[in-house]
Amino acid sequence: MKEDIFTKGTNAIWKFFSSVTLTVTTLILFVLASIPGTIIEQGSPEKNLQLLTKVVGEGFAPKALNIIIGLGFLDAYHSWWFVVLLLLLTSNLTICTIDRFPNTWKAIKSPMGPLDDSSLINMPIKAEIRVKGNIEKTKELVSKSLKGHGYNLSEKRVDKTLHLYSQKGKYSRLGVYVVHASIILVLTGAMIGSIFGFKGFLNLPEGETYSVVIMKTGLLTQEEENEREYILNTIESVSGDFVRVSQVMGIEPAMLKSKLKRYGIRPLGFSIRCDDFEVDFYGNSDMPKEYKSWLTVIKEGKEVIKKAIKVNDPLTYNGITFYQSSYGLMPSLRHAKFVLNIKSNSGVSETKHFNFGDKFSIPGTGMEGVIGDFSPALGIDESGRAFTYAETMNNPAVLIEFIEKGKHKYSGWILKRYPTTWKLPEGHTVEFKDLWGAQYTGLQVGRDPGLWFVYAGFALMSVGFVLAFFRSHKKLWARLKEEKGEVIITMAGTANKNRFAFEREFEKRVKSVREG
Amino acid sequence: MTSSIFFSLSELAYMMAMVGYIAYLVFKRKGIGVAASAITIFGFSTQTMAIIKRWIESYPIKIVNEGDLLSKLLHSAPFSNLYESLILFTWTIILSYLIIEFRYKNRSFGAFVTPIAGIVLLFIDLTGMSKDIQPLMPALRSNWLIAHVILSFIAYATFAISFSTAIMYLIMTAEKRNEGFYIFWTSSVGLFLIVLIAMAIDFMTFRVAFRTPETFIKSYLFRATFLNQSTGISIMSWIVASGVLFLLWRFGYLLKRVLDTFSISIDTLDDITYKSIAVGFPVFGLGGLIFGGVWAAQAWGTYWSWDPKETWSLITWLVYAIYLHARVMRGWKGKKAVVIASVGFLIVIFTYLGVNLLLSGLHAYGEL
Ligand code: HEM
Repeated sequence: MKEDIFTKGTNAIWKFFSSVTLTVTTLILFVLASIPGTIIEQGSPEKNLQLLTKVVGEGFAPKALNIIIGLGFLDAYHSWWFVVLLLLLTSNLTICTIDRFPNTWKAIKSPMGPLDDSSLINMPIKAEIRVKGNIEKTKELVSKSLKGHGYNLSEKRVDKTLHLYSQKGKYSRLGVYVVHASIILVLTGAMIGSIFGFKGFLNLPEGETYSVVIMKTGLLTQEEENEREYILNTIESVSGDFVRVSQVMGIEPAMLKSKLKRYGIRPLGFSIRCDDFEVDFYGNSDMPKEYKSWLTVIKEGKEVIKKAIKVNDPLTYNGITFYQSSYGLMPSLRHAKFVLNIKSNSGVSETKHFNFGDKFSIPGTGMEGVIGDFSPALGIDESGRAFTYAETMNNPAVLIEFIEKGKHKYSGWILKRYPTTWKLPEGHTVEFKDLWGAQYTGLQVGRDPGLWFVYAGFALMSVGFVLAFFRSHKKLWARLKEEKGEVIITMAGTANKNRFAFEREFEKRVKSVREG
Repeated sequence: MTSSIFFSLSELAYMMAMVGYIAYLVFKRKGIGVAASAITIFGFSTQTMAIIKRWIESYPIKIVNEGDLLSKLLHSAPFSNLYESLILFTWTIILSYLIIEFRYKNRSFGAFVTPIAGIVLLFIDLTGMSKDIQPLMPALRSNWLIAHVILSFIAYATFAISFSTAIMYLIMTAEKRNEGFYIFWTSSVGLFLIVLIAMAIDFMTFRVAFRTPETFIKSYLFRATFLNQSTGISIMSWIVASGVLFLLWRFGYLLKRVLDTFSISIDTLDDITYKSIAVGFPVFGLGGLIFGGVWAAQAWGTYWSWDPKETWSLITWLVYAIYLHARVMRGWKGKKAVVIASVGFLIVIFTYLGVNLLLSGLHAYGEL
């Protein structure tokens, strides 16, 4: 009696979890649950506070924000309700599979047999053909029409009738399961990635070496910001030696560790240096063609890898990958160096690095140049005045004043992208090669050990799609009966999907039998 | 000859085919129908030629690096800006239509499908939208991304077809004005028309050569009507839009009489809706989500970042998954399933327009 109730209970639960009604319900809920995260800006309390102030007024906005945060809407895709829905979806999927798979497998594995007369009559797709001749000849005819189309014939004789039958595409019945399994695989990979992987970023100036990456943190107070800055500087000043960091800061290593975590500072276990960053443009336009960062990985003082990374072409070391993702101009150009190639009209040339205000001489002449001004993106307005039109190095230019015998001669802009501006009237050339150290490269940095599961899931899903949508399980029967010198062929067929297409294929096969 | 001559030819052909198919509906002469089909096939062939020509013309402009043959073919594929994606969209719609006409031996849909292609092409002309072949930005030079764009637009075209048959299904089965299904289809069609007309007015008013669809959507969409700087025009637009919705609701049932003369069974409509989704769903899953994910993983290190556009694409796909599952359930065949199918396409439009307009995300890959 007791057991009965228990069985009933589990049966009810099982039924609940294996129903497609639950699938549709959960999917609808899942869709609805995905929407708030696209409307509410994720992970930025400040912006939402501003918005809320506009909507509900200053007095109520902080309260409203707290409610929103409390319900997990600022991190909607990791909130408890989203995770619950994901788990519900996964269990529904798993239990549905366990529930249905045995039947499908039986349908695939059970041997096909001939149809008895009454079933044959009731088949929705069938045809009757009469041909002259005997059974053996007719059998040839039928098998000729089916061979080469993936149908391998089996036969069975009952009294004087011959049954021929064949099937193809039975494994396409697995398509749905393959698709579902792939979804579980993708979700598993995503989970592995979010538990064991990390995602961070790094704005790495040209010439600098970092040994940590920065991760997203919660809201920090000004005091905490300052301490974070201090820790970062300390780390770089001792080249990423964390034992030294805790010594310099005078705190326990465990304490340092917790502080690093709090501030989203993650040690890489090696160092990375940006040797140079460049943007290439199409012709003379401002349309970018390529972004390139020359990176060097340094481990224990030794350079281990050098690679120029581009968008869509990252660098991986020790499982950690660096992606070219953004770039920008440093707020201060104090450490930047002008790289000039100076060539006199007599052919003597040299390449040198200069600071702002530096003076250089053109080799073998009495002419000197002084670096006066710089523009990252020089444009000329209608009245002929120079101005800066962008805050990135789209069209870097340096203003140089030329002096001869201590007297001002002329001054002019020299543009990196326009060789005609390098030429001086006297035949000397001053090529502006780069302002090195002025830009930083924005790198996404991350490790995702779940990625291969996700990719495997993707591949599996593609296979599943083909099986589920573009293949079907087809069966054909032919009953051959001799009657007064004629053979009556009764053909019938079924397909589990795409009946329309199957009917046409069936008609073709019938036609080819009829026409011999 | 350049590709543009072939494009003009195909445009002309689709317009003539549209007239032909409508005349065929009215006069029911087989000859007219055959002629309309022939013109459509001609238009389709010239458009195919035009695309191939443009592909060849794009090659020297878009190829910047050495690479394998596949990358070169993909990188020079003429499907990278708004103009080119609209061409691909119409091409796929016409192709799907021709397949349907051939398989179902029914020309009545022609009167519904060729106008879509005709309108889109006319639109391109009226607006003077940029037809230049432009080189690719670095982030766009990825095989995965290009395959992603192409397959997504192909899927959108199949979803557009399923939307029209789904709506036809509802027109034929729901004709009582207080019925939920009736209200649903009249308002969906109304919404669709209003958005289309408002966009046409935007294009006519501003006549700017938009660099990307994103700039159009962000800076111009609905600025001539609902979001007009003048409050008067804005209010007028809302009133007119409500009027359109009301009229459709009031007189929409009359459309059923027109459809009844077509000799299309609702089972055929249901079947076409399902088949187009059965093609669009895997293509979108593969191209829209998987290829997009692989591209994002290679470019940014995350295959999924839950940004609004990504999330809405996932939602689109899941709505079609709901449709497929609902059809397996007893009692959900027919009207209910078809409603889900139409919601799917409304979400496609929202993903394309609304997400860019209302919700900002980091999907602005144009920046790198
Ligand atoms: C909550 C999780 C899910 C459950 C329990 C579930 C269950 C099912 C069931 C029972 C079927 C019908 C199999 C049959 O024909 O007998 C099915 C079909 C299918 N499912 Fe799912 N499913 C789930 C989620 C998904 C998702 C997320 C996708 C992909 C987006 C998906 C894709 C499919 C496809 C493509 C079919 C085949 C439909 C057709 O043949 O028209 N399923 N699913």
